[in-house]
Amino acid sequence: MNKNSNSYIFIYASVMVVLVAVILTSANLALKPLQDKNKQNEKMINLLGSIGVAADATTAADLYKKHLVKEVIINEKGEEISTFANGELTGTTRAFDVNLKTALYNANSKNITAMPLFVMNNNGETFYIIPLFGKGLWGPIYGNISLDSDKNTVAAVNFGHDSETPGLGAEIILPDFTNRFIGKQIFKDDKFVSVSVIKGGVANQSDIDAINGIDAISGSTLTCNGVTDMLHDCMINYVKYLKQEDK
Amino acid sequence: MAEEKEPMFSPKNIKLLTNPINVDNPITKQVLGICSALAVTVKLEPAIVMSLSVLVVLSFGNVIISFMRNGIPSRIRIIVQLVVIAALVILVDQVLKAFAYDVSKQLSVFVGLIITNCIIMGRFEAFAMSNKPWPAFLDGLGNGAGYAWILVAVAFFRELFGTGSLMGMKIIPDSFYDLGYVNNGLVLLPPMALFAVATIIWIQRSRNTDLVED
Repeated sequence: MNKNSNSYIFIYASVMVVLVAVILTSANLALKPLQDKNKQNEKMINLLGSIGVAADATTAADLYKKHLVKEVIINEKGEEISTFANGELTGTTRAFDVNLKTALYNANSKNITAMPLFVMNNNGETFYIIPLFGKGLWGPIYGNISLDSDKNTVAAVNFGHDSETPGLGAEIILPDFTNRFIGKQIFKDDKFVSVSVIKGGVANQSDIDAINGIDAISGSTLTCNGVTDMLHDCMINYVKYLKQEDK
Repeated sequence: MAEEKEPMFSPKNIKLLTNPINVDNPITKQVLGICSALAVTVKLEPAIVMSLSVLVVLSFGNVIISFMRNGIPSRIRIIVQLVVIAALVILVDQVLKAFAYDVSKQLSVFVGLIITNCIIMGRFEAFAMSNKPWPAFLDGLGNGAGYAWILVAVAFFRELFGTGSLMGMKIIPDSFYDLGYVNNGLVLLPPMALFAVATIIWIQRSRNTDLVED
């Protein structure tokens, strides 16, 4: 058989492609449950981390159950349209399963607001945790910000990134940076101002109070601006909910 | 037919395994795969995982290509090689995501970039296309190991002097820092990986002058 004939090449290529497709599809299907579990564990570890509970892959699920008060999805009026508490779901979706990227897109460009919020409890204190997603310099950045029970003071933040510059933008995940957020406030005179990351130091600013801003990392201005935008753009969807008095 | 009876570990086969580790090293002699040597050697752990991934892809890829070598139409052989590499790399990526999630996150795009690692294409084209599966497997193992030890050596050097730790654990004691020792930030930047590789090449060639080109 002539191995350089067109028909041989076409048949060879087709068979090879189909074979490879089958192999890869079956590998993906077989490993999918494990991969999804890893992703869920990571999400739980991050949520727990933002209320100061250390967890690893083996303990995440139990600790999450223990500390969770409720998961809610809120609409543009600040109403809870879906609640998940004590293993029972009222509404359509668990906040845990919401794709934040899609939710943000819908809120900004389609006016369909359905934002996830986590209410968690640690040592008798209640925390409101808002998941974050935004743009860094090279790729997506994400994280969680947890607010104290006054729904104003920042209890903790944690960040993650896919491809920020090592040694510069990538430093946003380090405690050196995230600890600067603790005790900051997102409202000023009852008006939402978010927490800004300020180049040149928050002490030198006239228009931003020290309580509403933190110092940026030198050399990482664009990533830090990304953090500022992410905090603002995510939290603004929750303002009405946060300003409500506890019922 | 005499060739069929060649023992599995004949001197010739052993050479396939050991040559690439030293005198025919893919990085220091063939000067292939430099880009990934720069990218993943800031810390030891990703360097080790990257090395193992390349080792696996290269050995099994070599075997697969070697089995297919008589059927591959020569006009599309590069495409066939790429498909084999890409399929193996995606498999490695999927396995890492399922069983070593943290590491796979650290390596992120670099796992995908194994596809473009020139060592793999180079060995497929130069060796696996014209040799039997067993020697091809040994050649893959040897070249993978040659690549691996350079990566690990460079990463060891860079993590130790760049961050004062190894595998994420502090090695240089705090008392050193109190005496004024500082981590060298330059070591963490890509150019320093080139210097490190160059130093290894220098040492290697000064010990073995046969390697010096005119």
